[in-house]
Amino acid sequence: MAKDNQVLEEFTSKDYEHGWAVNLETEESPKGLNEEIIRFISSKKQEPLWLLEWRLKAFQHWQKMEEPKWSNVTYPKINYQDIIYYSAPKQKVKPSNLSEVDPELIKTFEKLGISLTEQKRLTGVAVDAVIDSVSVATTFKDKLKELGIIFCSFSEAVREHPELVKKYLGSVVPMNDNYFAALNSAVFSDGSFCYIPKGVRCPMELSTYFRINAANTGQFERTLIVADESSYVSYLEGCTAPMRDENQLHAAVVELYAMDDAEIKYSTVQNWYPGDKNGKGGIYNFVTKRGLCFGDHSKISWTQVETGSAITWKYPSCVLKGDYSMGEFYSVAVTNNFQQADTGTKMIHIGKNTRSRIVSKGISAGKSQNSYRGQVRIMKRAVNSRNFSQCDSLLMGDQCGAHTFPYIDVENNTSKVEHEATTSKIGEDQIFYCLQRGIDEEAAVALIVNGYAKEVLNQLPMEFAVEAQKLLALTLEGSVG
Amino acid sequence: MLIVENLKARIGEKEILNGINLRVNAGEVHAIMGPNGSGKSTLASVLAGREEYEVTGGQVLFDDKNLLDLAPDIRACEGIFLAFQYPVEIPGVSTVNFMKTALNKIRAHRGQPALDAVAFLQLMKEKMKLVEIDQSLLSRSLNEGFSGGEKKRNEIFQMAMIEPKLSILDETDSGLDIDALRIVANGVNKLRTKNNATIVVTHYQRLLEYIVPDFVHVLYKGRIVKSGGKELALELESKGYDWIKNEMATA
Repeated sequence: MAKDNQVLEEFTSKDYEHGWAVNLETEESPKGLNEEIIRFISSKKQEPLWLLEWRLKAFQHWQKMEEPKWSNVTYPKINYQDIIYYSAPKQKVKPSNLSEVDPELIKTFEKLGISLTEQKRLTGVAVDAVIDSVSVATTFKDKLKELGIIFCSFSEAVREHPELVKKYLGSVVPMNDNYFAALNSAVFSDGSFCYIPKGVRCPMELSTYFRINAANTGQFERTLIVADESSYVSYLEGCTAPMRDENQLHAAVVELYAMDDAEIKYSTVQNWYPGDKNGKGGIYNFVTKRGLCFGDHSKISWTQVETGSAITWKYPSCVLKGDYSMGEFYSVAVTNNFQQADTGTKMIHIGKNTRSRIVSKGISAGKSQNSYRGQVRIMKRAVNSRNFSQCDSLLMGDQCGAHTFPYIDVENNTSKVEHEATTSKIGEDQIFYCLQRGIDEEAAVALIVNGYAKEVLNQLPMEFAVEAQKLLALTLEGSVG
Repeated sequence: MLIVENLKARIGEKEILNGINLRVNAGEVHAIMGPNGSGKSTLASVLAGREEYEVTGGQVLFDDKNLLDLAPDIRACEGIFLAFQYPVEIPGVSTVNFMKTALNKIRAHRGQPALDAVAFLQLMKEKMKLVEIDQSLLSRSLNEGFSGGEKKRNEIFQMAMIEPKLSILDETDSGLDIDALRIVANGVNKLRTKNNATIVVTHYQRLLEYIVPDFVHVLYKGRIVKSGGKELALELESKGYDWIKNEMATA
């Protein structure tokens, strides 16, 4: 470590030599992206040299890469030199109680059934001493520690468990995997790290809810979950409450690594700011999520409920390397107003007797565009493999679009691939039927949409599922009639 | 209970109802008959509040309230029930779940507390017997993959659950074999009380052998052109709708 620090110091002083002076006391880097900025981020986070080098290498790759153009979304060109890539957690003036918070936001919270304490936390209201979220998190961490489970922020993991991070970082999503992954690798701010030791079944849902991350890390988040042999973990990401962020561009990376007989279940509820009714503003969400079923009989299951962001570009995938390994993808993607979503999955079958299952439910309303893009690839060695895909689209109104782009690639003749697709419309007939039974329009849409998405919602942990149901209804509020 | 005065309605540019007058009192069963395209189903839809139809004249009083001012879901909560000719399918939503949502909305409107799961199931079991419907059917997605008979029985089951003041049965007999017809009619008859009323919209006299009406009205070109007792239905059956058409032409 001492040596690393020494080198680090050298690097920082070098920056000065290059004429780019930055006061290490400042909390924000200047706009733009170059090697100096990356060194700045790394030194701010007091990272070891190997990680700095890893970032720089990623940056070199990124410079040679081009922003992907193949997705079915359109947005103005992003100026990567106009973005601030490092900014320490800001201490904004906190509202002292909920009455100072935007009443619209409170109304949304109430509809979602979010508790008062949670409302305060989300809006940054100082939580009183009665419920101390820090102590909750600590108790929780102690319990995990007893089992040998590591669950901490990415920065902490770099400090405390460098050997694990070094071994698995980039092992599933290489730094040069794609444009946005390379960008993330170069500038990632923080995120979560999780390691489940051999034979341990994690007794609780691990969740970013516990606020192990420092604030303001959402933009270039990085998550790494490693499940050792015969272990199990269920991880929840996100929050049903509306998330606002001043940063428009989000490029996260999530890597899951499952060894023999291990199982990882990863659930997401994404509700970033989608922009206003006229399509102004909103988050661009370019995420790379991939799981590696490295060991035999391992299993990775993705469940996502995507309701937010102006643009969603996201394909949680499974690489089924181990024999008899299994990948699952359950998705509900809702778009309204001017939102655009291009989302789906990749199932790459490499091992023998591997299985995958895809259930995708798209819901488009307003003037939005919703695309499913999926690839099922069965390699030559992956004999007796099976895939089942079901892609359903639900349209509300006549100004939205639903698109399906399935790619199927099978290299042996013992495997079986099935693909089913449907498109339907929420009919006025269905709404009227509900109205005629005394169910108001809002409740009718909620009922119909939740019925449609049931198969996916059933995959979510209980309390998350209830919130997600309400969230779906809320996202589509006012989109009929 | 229901007073319809000179009700006129159209869809697009097409006038369908040309001045309907009808008075239904509690305890009564009215049959509305008429040839295809005479406006029977339109009348049912307009009373239920379907938006495609534009009311161009007249008024409807339901329990002294101006019905046409009420939104469709409020009409339902106030006690109007429409048994659909073509009940829609709602995938992923079981009849049980659907009915629970509906019933609790209606109860809330009436100022009653929501039924808990136990009370709801008990009520459901009781009403299931009325229409000889199986619980497994009610656990399936609403109307999805149901046979014609099952859909209609499900409509009457819902009517039994909701206990409306005024039930409008829109061609409930269409697509039913004789056994299903008997079951559906039995259900309707058992639900009759002196406090509620029923309007049976039908093309054929057949259903009226099982649900005996107090009054029969003949609808033709958007007007009630003949009213009478249950014997009018029989007369229609033997003489056919041409009888009405000819009578109107010569009048």
